[in-house]
Amino acid sequence: MQSMNRLLVGTRKGLIVFHKTAEGWSFEADHFLGVPVALVYCDPTTSYWWVALDHGHWGFKLHRSLDLGSSWEELPAPRYPEGSMINAKEPAVLKYIWSLQSTSRGDGSLWIGTVPGGLFLWREHHAALNQSLWEHPSRSQWFGGGMDHPGIHSIVVDPTCPDVVYVGISCGGVYKTTDGGRTWSVKNKGLRADFLPNPAAEVGHDPHLLLACDADRSVMWQQNHCGIFRSTDAGEQWDDVSALKGPANFGFAIAVDHADPQRAWVAPGISDVVRVPVDRKLCICRTTDGGRNWQTLDRGLPSLSYDIVYRHALISHQEEVIFGTTTGNLYASHNGGDRWTSVSNSLAMVYALALSPQ
Amino acid sequence: MIQNPTSIRLNFTYALSRFYPNLRPMDVEATSLSEILDLITQQHAGFRDYIVDERGALRKHVNIFLDDALVQDRETLSDSLAGVKEIFIMQALSGG
Repeated sequence: MQSMNRLLVGTRKGLIVFHKTAEGWSFEADHFLGVPVALVYCDPTTSYWWVALDHGHWGFKLHRSLDLGSSWEELPAPRYPEGSMINAKEPAVLKYIWSLQSTSRGDGSLWIGTVPGGLFLWREHHAALNQSLWEHPSRSQWFGGGMDHPGIHSIVVDPTCPDVVYVGISCGGVYKTTDGGRTWSVKNKGLRADFLPNPAAEVGHDPHLLLACDADRSVMWQQNHCGIFRSTDAGEQWDDVSALKGPANFGFAIAVDHADPQRAWVAPGISDVVRVPVDRKLCICRTTDGGRNWQTLDRGLPSLSYDIVYRHALISHQEEVIFGTTTGNLYASHNGGDRWTSVSNSLAMVYALALSPQ
Repeated sequence: MIQNPTSIRLNFTYALSRFYPNLRPMDVEATSLSEILDLITQQHAGFRDYIVDERGALRKHVNIFLDDALVQDRETLSDSLAGVKEIFIMQALSGG
């Protein structure tokens, strides 16, 4: 099995890189010092590092390193085509880069998810808007949740069949293509949107993060605004697997075991209106039976905490589970969450994590 | 009436030197702000995208001063440059 030797941490104050030692994760370098790094991604097909920088003044920028951070190049950021409109009144311009995912086609190309709702295909130094999803008749029912406008924060590609792609949209829900993005269908059956007049509406759901299990692509998970949901038929039907008792309910992040479709981790908070850990006790919850039961994992974590874990800031690889928080804490476990150790308690707000094999 | 371009001095906020270390005040002849952004971008790749969005509208936290006057048309940058001697590309202050 491939080991992951570097940890990339996208924070409000730059990209911070740690490398693995016998004692744990050790600081190695920082990049883009002082600049908010909204997203980090290590392309598993190339090992290239990608970051999305959120320059408040100068716009969102996309940078890539081919050499593990020794050098970086700025690449053209996605551009909404002239005349694109978010709605009848507002022109569409790039507001946020919220997800990056290899197309798994072996040519270095990437899908890019953005606010205000555009999915781009990045290939050969150019990002093209996926017109089919942008012109989907249901897009008029999308709306912003947390952001001013709807956004695509999750992209799931089937590496064995790259024409199959899912996106998670807040707020819109789950959309799937089986023809490489030419047509899209809504996959929100079974989800619940408590914030809509009709919680079972076809469109308008808020999946905070959407993932699939590599070992069994029919098993998908999402931490949703209204609980934790799991599908065993590739998104056709979603089942609520939130904990009836215990904290595993509201949250943003979810990580899955790519070898075991029964195992996943979430980072709970109280609710959308009280974004702090349940009982102010920082914990991660883990299921090993497909969401029927959730175990609270807090050994090594503080019992008084106001940390929240953003959607891209909880990751797993085999027994390694790592998360970063809004108050600049970074914790890691090498035994599936049974015990946590602090990597740092003095980072800036953590937006996103990624592991790199080298 | 065709406007005759006159030489205009361009000045930049120090904040841009992070991305463009070789950016220095320069003198250009141009009749529109858009033309000026193109001239700068010819020498400093990608510069335009730091100042305006993909529609050409001035980014929210960027200001351009024509001599002492704040640019009026932030959407299409159509302000007249007649008589303008100096242009300042600045960052608006926001946050703490």
